[in-house]
Amino acid sequence: MMDSVDRAIINRLQGGFPVSDHPYREAADHLGISEAELIQRLEQMLEKRQLSRFGPLYNAERLGGGLSLCAMSIPEEDFERVAEQVNAFSEVAHNYARDHRLNMWFVLATETPTRIESVLAEIEDVTGYRVYNMPKKEEFFVGLKFEV
Amino acid sequence: MSDKGITTQPLDDLDRRIVVATQGGLPLVPEPYEQVAQALDSTADEVMRRMRRMLESGIIRRIGAVPNHYTLGFKGNGMTVWDVPDDKVQEYGRKIGALDFVSHAYHRPRHLPEWHYNLFAMVHGRDRDEVMEKTKVIVELLGKDNRGHEVLFSSRILKKTGMRIPG
Repeated sequence: MMDSVDRAIINRLQGGFPVSDHPYREAADHLGISEAELIQRLEQMLEKRQLSRFGPLYNAERLGGGLSLCAMSIPEEDFERVAEQVNAFSEVAHNYARDHRLNMWFVLATETPTRIESVLAEIEDVTGYRVYNMPKKEEFFVGLKFEV
Repeated sequence: MSDKGITTQPLDDLDRRIVVATQGGLPLVPEPYEQVAQALDSTADEVMRRMRRMLESGIIRRIGAVPNHYTLGFKGNGMTVWDVPDDKVQEYGRKIGALDFVSHAYHRPRHLPEWHYNLFAMVHGRDRDEVMEKTKVIVELLGKDNRGHEVLFSSRILKKTGMRIPG
């Protein structure tokens, strides 16, 4: 399992990784370990899926794309069919079944903001069910505080 | 933090290639930016200059470790949804977003009459009971401005590819 060094890496390296010639060495210095050890531990945590990624976290909308959270209410007998149809859209980045009348929740990521509406219309067309579009109006993002 | 009031600087071709090359992660080598630059026929200085610019403009939120809540033992993630007065959604969004068990909070549109919630907050806990306990903290914080809320747990992941811009 994780030891105190792994935990320190996760708690202190969720942001602020240097943009410099030897960034791992710099970050390792702050953690009091060697560059090689930091790289090795990151490799292991990625392998064990304790980290889903190590690197820049991009803001999809600032890249010029469209992004929205969408929900659907699908009767149980139709759920698998609709899930398959929705997932077939490459614009659907992830899709979760949730315990609610609105039981399917997915994130749409499109290359341009205007594509959101047309993909939604296509999904409604193909599935025969209404899509509730819930794009964020504002984000309250703190983020750098997940501690283990 | 709000997205409003910041203009998006258009990305040129090299910027986009840097995004494509790094969105899955940085190379785990002593000189990662040099390795990215080599793959793009550029220089480390150029790649770093552009990445610093993207950091400043908010195109890059941050650079570092992206923890996987689920494998780290936070298996009870609940999407909490709240109906709060529209003129207070920003104030409460900031307060709730700053709680240490909330990873992000969003103001989203209502769809009346079926859906009257306008504030979303992802609550993380070790299990569903812990999520429900933590949800009570938000209930207290909102007091009488909480006009209704629900906690939606995910029962199944149907698809998870993450967001990628095509390369």
